[in-house]
Amino acid sequence: MTTVLSPMRAGEPGGVEADREDTARRSVRGLRRRRLLRTLVVVASLLGAVLALSLTALMLGDYRLTLGQVLAAVAGDDAPPAGFIVGELRLPRLQLGLLVGVAFGLAGALFQSVLRNPLASPDIIGISQGASAAAVAALLLAGMGGWPVTFSALAGGLSVGLLLYAVAWRGGMTGHRFVLSGIGVAYLCTSVVGYLLTRSELNAAADALVWMTGSLGQATPELVATLSLALWVLVPLVALVSRRLRLLLLGDEQAAALGVRPERVRAVVVLLGVALACVATAAAGPVAFVALVSAPIARRLAGHGSTALLPAALVGAALVVGADVVAQHLVSPDLSLPVGVVTGVIGGPYLIWLMATGRARTA
Amino acid sequence: MSAVLESPGTPPPAPGPEGPGAAPSATGRRGVLAVLVLLALLALTTLASLMWGARDIAPGEVWAALWSPVDGDNDHLVVRDLRVPRTLIGLVGGAALGVAGALMQGVTRNPIADPGLLGINSGASLAVIVAISGLGVGSVGGYLWFAFLGAAVAAVVVYGAASMGWEGVTPVKLALVGAAFTATATSIITVVLLTDQRTLGEYRFWQVGSLANRPLDVLVTVLPFVAAGLALSFAAGRVLNALALGDDVARGLGQDVARGRLLVVAAVVLLCGSAVSMAGPIAFVGLVVPHLARVVVGPDYRWIVVLSMLLGPLLLLVADVAGRLVARPGEVEAGLVVAVIGAPVLLAIVRRAKGVAS
Repeated sequence: MTTVLSPMRAGEPGGVEADREDTARRSVRGLRRRRLLRTLVVVASLLGAVLALSLTALMLGDYRLTLGQVLAAVAGDDAPPAGFIVGELRLPRLQLGLLVGVAFGLAGALFQSVLRNPLASPDIIGISQGASAAAVAALLLAGMGGWPVTFSALAGGLSVGLLLYAVAWRGGMTGHRFVLSGIGVAYLCTSVVGYLLTRSELNAAADALVWMTGSLGQATPELVATLSLALWVLVPLVALVSRRLRLLLLGDEQAAALGVRPERVRAVVVLLGVALACVATAAAGPVAFVALVSAPIARRLAGHGSTALLPAALVGAALVVGADVVAQHLVSPDLSLPVGVVTGVIGGPYLIWLMATGRARTA
Repeated sequence: MSAVLESPGTPPPAPGPEGPGAAPSATGRRGVLAVLVLLALLALTTLASLMWGARDIAPGEVWAALWSPVDGDNDHLVVRDLRVPRTLIGLVGGAALGVAGALMQGVTRNPIADPGLLGINSGASLAVIVAISGLGVGSVGGYLWFAFLGAAVAAVVVYGAASMGWEGVTPVKLALVGAAFTATATSIITVVLLTDQRTLGEYRFWQVGSLANRPLDVLVTVLPFVAAGLALSFAAGRVLNALALGDDVARGLGQDVARGRLLVVAAVVLLCGSAVSMAGPIAFVGLVVPHLARVVVGPDYRWIVVLSMLLGPLLLLVADVAGRLVARPGEVEAGLVVAVIGAPVLLAIVRRAKGVAS
């Protein structure tokens, strides 16, 4: 604003100048208000979308339920058949989908904004794959389950992160060097998962698919409880750091002038992103591309220049739940696909399109 | 950030000022020496591949099994029915993948080109799976054509998408489009396989990339196509040397750039389709081998192709034998061993090459 006004300042009477400044201030305030309003509208409509998709997910299935039955069952009425079907079968799956979507969406948004690289999402640079490999190793080699698997996934994702840091760090992680190294590591981790699966006694092919593509089919109340506890810890931490992250986006020097220590904030944000991606992967496998696409979609909705963390989380949840509805019911009535297949079929061409049209650079 | 990717990959460096016509004699001497050494190493590895495995067989017994087999002798049976086929498939598949990688790095002028990383192999896999499961094609001779088709489609899509948009073809775009194509193909493969639980069980093993348990007639069917691909790639060495100087200079040297590219891509499709039909989607052989060759003979693609043809089988066979030895009496698939060797090499290339990234 000031750069536009400054040439006109010279020689103008003070009264007019003050008047102009006042106009400028008012227009800035108006801009802020409009932006806030836009964010509110976006968040509200995303919440609406997630809610609608969730209700659809609860209604559809071999035994179709009406909206009334679903609402009653969610409200706590355990009258058969809706009470059992919703409470025991469909609700855990839906909850898992929502939580996984929120975690991946947030993880992608954190990575992409702090590394200033729309390609640096945990599912491209190998964090998810590393977590998946470690989780599969814990499951199959050590026979663990529950929390130990989650911690193992966390260790796997962190190791990949550290490895990339060691290999690709040269004055910052903004370069494409980082992404390229990550693709290599992701490839390696995927082969390790493939190897572990061929060695396992895992006869149910569906179980293997969880770890190859990501699936919600294994949802149990315990799994949901584990993941939601992890998110209860991680999401408030993200909220705490989000203001500093926004300042960091102004540039390191500006942020430092405003009392933010850039390197420390960056490390904390990356750690939180890794942790979110890992706990989600430990629960549902590496669901492809959710982390990659959520934040760009959210940023486009919320207007550029914001970190759009909350919208990204909601977009992630909507994507996973929506993709799962498609995978379970829309492709073929008697074939239930893992959710990662649908996100892969949608996300792969989307990424190719981003590359072909050159939007990835500015997204 | 925008300046980071302006130069698309450094290698291959330009050949000397004397042009592709006159190879400097030093390179020639080193090349001949390297070929001899590699042939000797390859012979040793072949012997090791016949000898070592879940049970070790003495060289004398191997020799006897090959030339005067005794019916009912267990060792002879193992050598003839198990180890000879996988060794031959490793030799031919390794040569195909190694040369395909060299050609791809040359034609894209890009140090990280590899049939696996750029999605060519997954395109071929997808086509094979669709042919087997969807169209009921049963014989290798039948689905081989689908493998070629899939590889060709993948090559066109990946290279086409990566060359559109900003800054032309850059390593990061090629790798990302390749990864995205692989993810899409893998998802579709999963959909096809879920309708067919039995194949899914086998696919788990095939998708890792393995030389074991392939019947020898697969090799017989595929061999003519590999031979054609290799013959084309000998012719391609000159083209790649010219392309390395840039399209304009290549044209100035009298090279038909478009036809040259087409020739190279045809060879890549033949080689990758054949390799995938035999051994599954093995990545990183095509990445690692040309870089090793370049270290030995420098930037002349005629020599790089020749050395890749020997280094490819060497790497794949060593990986296969190592996989048999580390997990006795079980084994680790060759594809995984190659990935374990290849991923660090990729990291090293990315770290060192100037044009790859900031």
